[in-house]
Amino acid sequence: MTLEVGRRVRVSAREHRGHHRTPGYLKGRAGTIQRYQGSFTNPETRAYGDSGLPEQGLYLVRFENGVPIYADIYEHWLEEIG
Amino acid sequence: MSHDHDGHDHDHDHPHEPIGHDGDPPAAARARALEELLVEKGVITREAVRQGVDWLVSRSPADGSRLVARAWADPEFKERLLSDAREAALEVGLDPGPSPKVVAVENTDDVHHMVVCTLCSCYPRALLGPPPAWYKSLPYRSRAVSEPHAVLAEFGVELDPDVEVHVLDSTADIRYLVIPQRPEGTEGMPEEDLAALVTRDSMIGVARASSPAAAAA
Repeated sequence: MTLEVGRRVRVSAREHRGHHRTPGYLKGRAGTIQRYQGSFTNPETRAYGDSGLPEQGLYLVRFENGVPIYADIYEHWLEEIG
Repeated sequence: MSHDHDGHDHDHDHPHEPIGHDGDPPAAARARALEELLVEKGVITREAVRQGVDWLVSRSPADGSRLVARAWADPEFKERLLSDAREAALEVGLDPGPSPKVVAVENTDDVHHMVVCTLCSCYPRALLGPPPAWYKSLPYRSRAVSEPHAVLAEFGVELDPDVEVHVLDSTADIRYLVIPQRPEGTEGMPEEDLAALVTRDSMIGVARASSPAAAAA
C-alpha cells in the first residue's frame, strides 16, 4: 500500500490486545497523509521476540479537530477514505 | 586480611553494610529484576547495559543546541537538517544512531510545533539526553494533545492567535527535534553564543529560544 501525501485516511478503530503503537484517542479518527516516514519493523510482533517482519510503512498523519495533532501511524492501521 | 581505605589500615572486625537500593521507586526494582534475569539467560551482558547507560547520559541538550545554532547560522545546513537530520548531525560530529530516526521540524511565524509522546516517553535522546520528568508525566502526556495552548501558557509561551500549533505525538519510530525560531537581536552572533540560547525546552517546543538579554542576565 502506498498512500500519497494529501490522501484522506481513517485510523482503524479495531481493538488490539498486547503492545501496539496506535494511540487509543486517535482510533476511528480521520486524517490526512502528510509524509511517508519509511518502513519499519512491526512493534506489535517485535515486542514479543519476533523479527517484526515484514516491515510496515509509517505515515505522518494530520488529525484535525481543534488543534492539529500529527502522529505517526503504521499502514496496517490506516484505512483509505473515499 | 586488611585493606586501606580512608587512609588507614584496619581489620574487618566490624560489619559492612551491603550496597542497597533503599528508596528506589518500584519501577527501578522491576527494571533491576528484569536486567538480572536477562543477564542470567545470556540475552544481554552487564557490560552492554553499562555502556548503553553511559552513552545515554553522555548525551545532553548541548548536542541539540549545536545543531540548531548551526541551522540558524547556515540556511543550507538548516535545509539539510530538515530533510535528513541524521546526516546533518553526522556533519557536526554528532551520532544520532541509525534508530530511532530523528526528524527535525521548524518553528516559524505561522507554525509552532510542540512534541509529546502520549504512549510513553519517546524523545530524541541521542540529541537531547534523557527526557525531563515532566515530559514523562501523565498530565503532560494527556494535556499536550487535549489543551496544548493551556500547556504552552503554563510553560510561559503565549502565541499570537494566528500562529497554528502543531502537536507532534511521537507514536512510533520517529523522534522529533524542534528548531525554535531564532531570537531577534542575534544577527552576526557566533554559533557558540547562539547555541547558548537554545534551551532543551525550546527543542521540545514548550518554550522559545532565550533572548540574548535573558541569557546574559
